[in-house]
Amino acid sequence: MVATGTPQARAAAPGRRRVRSGRVGYLFVAGYTILLLLFGVVPVAYALWLSVTNSSGQLVGLGNFTRVFADYRFGSAFAHIGLYLTLWLISLMVLVVTLALMLHGRLKRTSAAVRFICYLPGAFAGASSVLIWLILLDPVASPVGPVLRAVGWHSAAQVVAPENLPVIFTIIAFWTGAGSWIVIMYGALNGIPDEVIEAARIDGAGALQIALRIQVPMLRKWIAYMLILAFAGGAQLFVEPQLVGTASFGQVPDDWSPNQLSYQYAFVAADFNGAAAIAVVLLVLSLGCAAVAVFKAGLFERGHS
Amino acid sequence: MTAAWLITACANADPNRAGAPRAAAGPFRPAPQDPASEITVWVDATRTAAVDAYRKAHPGVKIKAVTYSGGANGSTELRTKVELFDRTGEGWPDVVWPNVQDLAWATTGATPFAAPLDTLVDRSVLDGYVKGALDQCTVGGKVYCLRNDLAQNVLWYNKKLMDQFGYQVPTTWEQWQQLGLRVAKEHPGYLVGEVGSPTSPHVYFWGSQCPVSLLTGDKTVTVDLQDPKCTRMARLLDPLLSAGALGTRNKWDTGFIKEQAAKILMMPGPAWYGQALFNAGYHTPRGEIAAAAPLKFAADTETWTGAVGGGMWFISSHSRNLKAAVDFATWVTTDPGYTAAAATYPAYGPAATGWLAAQQASGYYANDIGPVLQQAAPRIWTKWAVSTLYSQEAIYAATMVPALSSGKSVSSQMDVWQQAIVNKATALGYKVN
Repeated sequence: MVATGTPQARAAAPGRRRVRSGRVGYLFVAGYTILLLLFGVVPVAYALWLSVTNSSGQLVGLGNFTRVFADYRFGSAFAHIGLYLTLWLISLMVLVVTLALMLHGRLKRTSAAVRFICYLPGAFAGASSVLIWLILLDPVASPVGPVLRAVGWHSAAQVVAPENLPVIFTIIAFWTGAGSWIVIMYGALNGIPDEVIEAARIDGAGALQIALRIQVPMLRKWIAYMLILAFAGGAQLFVEPQLVGTASFGQVPDDWSPNQLSYQYAFVAADFNGAAAIAVVLLVLSLGCAAVAVFKAGLFERGHS
Repeated sequence: MTAAWLITACANADPNRAGAPRAAAGPFRPAPQDPASEITVWVDATRTAAVDAYRKAHPGVKIKAVTYSGGANGSTELRTKVELFDRTGEGWPDVVWPNVQDLAWATTGATPFAAPLDTLVDRSVLDGYVKGALDQCTVGGKVYCLRNDLAQNVLWYNKKLMDQFGYQVPTTWEQWQQLGLRVAKEHPGYLVGEVGSPTSPHVYFWGSQCPVSLLTGDKTVTVDLQDPKCTRMARLLDPLLSAGALGTRNKWDTGFIKEQAAKILMMPGPAWYGQALFNAGYHTPRGEIAAAAPLKFAADTETWTGAVGGGMWFISSHSRNLKAAVDFATWVTTDPGYTAAAATYPAYGPAATGWLAAQQASGYYANDIGPVLQQAAPRIWTKWAVSTLYSQEAIYAATMVPALSSGKSVSSQMDVWQQAIVNKATALGYKVN
């Protein structure tokens, strides 16, 4: 769907836009705006309010923040998620773009089938795809058990050892999430006018040079868009550690990621204000990174992509 | 200036300053009663059978069962929901099957969620529970829950293998260790226990009377893993670990079941291991598994043992039909017919006889487990605090299990474990001393 926002579509749009301008447009936007207000803006405002008050509704300034910063779990949770995000964003950026370029270039004949296969794991709902991984990661039950045993892992407990977790969650996230991004990147590559590629080829550019000098720069906004969403999603990692923790009989601490820590605050310590403070920290981080990506890639600039 | 104001502004941000005791429970004031009203019982999936059985035995009673995450380890659903109901002023269930962490909040405060049962349940019934069984239900001299079952630890062993190897069943932890070291030499691969499960400390360190967490007040705990009663167990386990006679995988792990379950020679553990673990989980053939008295330390004069589980029932202090609620909770914990067929050892003394008779009639065991289980039931060391807001199981699983499975010794991890408990307790508002 996103992939159809291509120059052709845009070129065809102005004529129609004039006809249907006005109220109908507002109607379409209204549906989104109302939902955004109800389930986006209002909860954020509520979290902001909770984060500066205590359970009796009194203002406490930054008290909740200093309290969660001092929590012994805060640093480790953000260190975990930082390492995970680094691995996940780099692998996502490098592999998705490479795979999309390959599908678009060399593998053009089989590309539709391959794209479908890439996308397939993403069609599983989040939790159920993690459940599949729980089986894959158990050397005894896994179809890839011999590989795991060759690495020296003989039990599920060894596989989910603390130092392996960021890599494991990256693999799970890549498997479930990268497919749809490959499809989107493929669509974006289709949006690059053939004449541009043609001209480059005439000028003597090889496939690698075309990819590096033409295609990747022209995909810049799409890559930034992917990074923003992947960062926001990755920073909120919850299902993976929670489920792997449950399945490994608690070997993954229940406060591994910041979102889990926030959950611990809210539903174990019944401290919604502390939970809100962590949520606000995540919000600020995600907004900050999104802002960097937006300005670096010129996501909101009008004109050529 | 502004920053300083922001940080120190107005009110205190900390909802539970360490150690601050909650207000003592005031006199119990029941809600207006309506003896004809329907009662709602919140249970986990396993316990829906209890409601069905009660309904069958009492066709006239209006009773509704709601399944929730219940006793599941670490579930905070009950607390979350009750806090919500406290705000809206309605919706509380009449009877609940809680998990053990719920005791920490449901029995304390000015108006505890759990109703005190001293005046609601007949004294004769309360006195019928196994000695010590109601201790964890008792706060400030009042009984807040009815124990459903006990999970007293005993020494399970494979009689067929023991006879075949020509070994004597040990009676002390020291003998158990010596035998374990012999097993490692003479029959490598066979196990005398496992330390890779979240509940392992409930077997070894509870049995050793180690002060892993002792409640000294509402919100004060003692945590001292350098106590001699802790280090003696760590020193006992370490040689067995390095010799390979103790499993480091979780006993429910698919890998463990596939590769090691058939090699269990001995396994200290709770009363329910017999049917739930050996029979249903490991499919150990009938006539092999037997139970012996819980192990004691040679230096101790008395035997104390730990427990892995053991459920309970709360009656809501908001119930509008306390009579029906009490009748349900009493029936499911004391009725001879129902408890005899239950999966776990009844906490109500007189009910245990019927349960043990039924267990024995199954013909599964290689010896008469009755006397052993009955003897162990009142020997659960009651100072071990299971009813803290934090779960010992979660802490052990996250800190000790990965360390032990990577080859570290128990003794080397005692400080790490101590710190993990102290951190968790402090974060939840406990004062640790």
